[in-house]
Amino acid sequence: MSDAAVHDDHHDHKPTGIGRWLFSTNHKDIGTMYLIFALTMFFVGGAMAMVIRAELFQPGLQFVNPQFFNSMTTVHALVMIFGALMPAGVGLANWMIPLMIGAPDMAMPRMNNMSFWLLPFSFTLLLSTFFMEGGAPAGGWTMYPPLVFQLGDGFPFLIFAVHLLGISSIMGAINIIATVFNMRAPGMTFMRLPLFVWTWIITAFLLIAAMPVLAGGVTMLLTDKFFGTAFFDAAGGGDPLLFQHVFWFFGHPEVYILVLPSFGIISQIIPTFARKPLFGYSSMVYATASIAFLSFFVWAHHMFAVGMPLAGELFFMYATMMIAVPTGVKIFNWTATMWKGSMTFETPMLFAIGVLFMFSIGGFSGVMMGITPVDFQYHDTYFIVAHFHYVIVPGIIFGIIGGIYYWLPKWTGHMYDETLGKWHFWLSTISVNVLFFPMHFIGLAGMPRRIPDYSTQFADWNAIISIGGIVFGLSQLIMVWVVIKCIRGGEKATDEVWEGAHGLEFTLPSPPPFHSFTTPPEVTEASAHS
Amino acid sequence: MSDSSDTYFIPEPSRWPIVGTLALFLTFIGGGMMLNGSGFGTFILGMGIAAVIYMFSGWFSDVIRESMAGNYSKQVDISFRWGMSWFIFSEVMFFAAFFGALFYIRVLSVPWLGGEGAGFATHMFLWPDFKAVWPLLTTPDMALAGVESQYTAIKDVIPAFDVPLVNTILLLSSGVTITLAHHALRKDHRAPLCWWLAATVLLGIVFVYFQIGEYAHAYHELDLTMKSGVYGSTFFMLTGFHGFHVTMGATMIFIILIRSMKGHFSSKDHFAFEGVAWYWHFVDVVWLGLYIFVYWI
Repeated sequence: MSDAAVHDDHHDHKPTGIGRWLFSTNHKDIGTMYLIFALTMFFVGGAMAMVIRAELFQPGLQFVNPQFFNSMTTVHALVMIFGALMPAGVGLANWMIPLMIGAPDMAMPRMNNMSFWLLPFSFTLLLSTFFMEGGAPAGGWTMYPPLVFQLGDGFPFLIFAVHLLGISSIMGAINIIATVFNMRAPGMTFMRLPLFVWTWIITAFLLIAAMPVLAGGVTMLLTDKFFGTAFFDAAGGGDPLLFQHVFWFFGHPEVYILVLPSFGIISQIIPTFARKPLFGYSSMVYATASIAFLSFFVWAHHMFAVGMPLAGELFFMYATMMIAVPTGVKIFNWTATMWKGSMTFETPMLFAIGVLFMFSIGGFSGVMMGITPVDFQYHDTYFIVAHFHYVIVPGIIFGIIGGIYYWLPKWTGHMYDETLGKWHFWLSTISVNVLFFPMHFIGLAGMPRRIPDYSTQFADWNAIISIGGIVFGLSQLIMVWVVIKCIRGGEKATDEVWEGAHGLEFTLPSPPPFHSFTTPPEVTEASAHS
Repeated sequence: MSDSSDTYFIPEPSRWPIVGTLALFLTFIGGGMMLNGSGFGTFILGMGIAAVIYMFSGWFSDVIRESMAGNYSKQVDISFRWGMSWFIFSEVMFFAAFFGALFYIRVLSVPWLGGEGAGFATHMFLWPDFKAVWPLLTTPDMALAGVESQYTAIKDVIPAFDVPLVNTILLLSSGVTITLAHHALRKDHRAPLCWWLAATVLLGIVFVYFQIGEYAHAYHELDLTMKSGVYGSTFFMLTGFHGFHVTMGATMIFIILIRSMKGHFSSKDHFAFEGVAWYWHFVDVVWLGLYIFVYWI
């Protein structure tokens, strides 16, 4: 950031050295650390996915033993969800929310720092289990008992890693709520908030309500294993299914914790490049809130096949169907925003449109799985894998990547390389479909999840899937190169960055000063919704 | 002073967050090693807990210093209020997980094990002698294996209208005394403020003392332990975490008492007091839930 120093000399002093990062109370520095951490974990989790795809390239056992394969699927999920996606979302929130609401920083800057630093330590705990007696967790990221109890010395470290992640998320969420509720600039009323800020408040509520439940659930696992309790043991009067209920009470809101920030990002990007205000702003807010509210009443659709009473199956089926309604509202609004817009297709817009199309594919397969009777066919097959990877990779990761391209010039002060960005998008989009679309077919044909070997009739598609996976993984290196190149230099970005960009973050210089707004800006109806 | 403009307060870079992170990391590494049977783990755990206490005292000393220096605007005050409220809400959700487990076990899993609904066949073939009653003194495993069961049979449970009732009265009274302390504070009457706070701490300590006595009674005379099946599991998990929260709350009130004696609070400006009082009421309400659903019905 050598050029940035010139830009910054009129701003107040910046801490230097390693202390700047260890002791930081600055939302931008902490946001940067979150994003770098998330990117690192994205490649760690990605490397595990490569191991999985290499093993599955052909039937039979080729590279790794089944136990290690199971560890790969388990830890891939934990690393991607808790290490890559959530920190990336929080990183963007840290960077952008104070800029977007006209605040100098987060409400509680010291706590913000601790929220970040817990993450690397938590993942040190988790990844250290690879070197322990009994290996890394291999019973699936959902940690179902009694299977999870087969884990060796790594068991308490898995549980404690989850505890640390929970503490980090809850502190981060509290900070975001306090920031948005209390640090908004004069005139920045709730219904003038940028959609990204709205999706993050709602996400923060989900985090505060869901993460403690996970903490409670894994604590019961811990006491069952070490202190003789019987929560999940039928012989003692408990029920292993109880854990699944507790876990998915957290787990379902968790998927919205992951996806809502991505929805917020594309709600910022699409109006900019369509050069039109967001269609149906208030319906967007209400739809997001409805999705979040409903997410607490659908958890058992992950458990249709476990033998619940019929009334439970029906309730959770209908509740799940209902979520499609507000989600449909959002898809409609994004489409309507583009309708008759004067559109250009810079990289962020391409990724946003990618989200729109491919998240919808994941959404549709979600509706299919939400229908209880047919879910009995899909359950634990590659159809499920196809569904949630469509939601997570082109639905969430594309949203986050779009956000990175959209705001990168604001952060660094330079435009990124548009040609490379477009290569990144097209390679990712083509390969991600080669990677995940055929999983629908082999899933419907009966290939089960989470096994290192499979019947030979699935061989052709698996080879194609693996090729898609490797191309997708390698394509992500382009993004790293674009980001490094952009930090090192490039065409100067204007304050507004994009022709059609609106919002307080585009009134500040690129890069913005160390403390974003030291005096609050005034916000009017016209400036908020233009 | 601090890195702020006229309008906003932004704290200086601080070492406490990273100290706290390292402290928690040590605690959990130590805890994990201890659970895996390493004696050295216990030592690391102890160091970790000491470091957590060091972090809290250092971090809050900074906050108190900044507060006494008048750095905190109305806006910071409101941030703290939102922060504390949502922290308490997250605690509510933590307890909700255990209450949810209790209800699920009482309403669904135990009756199913006793042969209700789809559990008919498993009951008949696995443990036909098991009876679904609550409190669950005899687990399915005991009905099957008798004394060889991995779970110990409970002789009796703790009656609701005994020590637990006294404890309920103690905690409810402590809710009253802390409110009286607040009224005294709002009138700037420092002596009654301190006395009522001291009474609150005392009530909390007596509560914990009785609770420990009750645990000893349960372990030694009633054979009600963590290892006595799902009744013992839910009982000790809920009351144990509650007792831990009472201990934390009483410690916090004790610190507020010391700060009150030093005259840190004014009738207008005393969020630290209020935050702790909110927390204490939360602990109170959780106890009412416990008393009703764990001890009474």
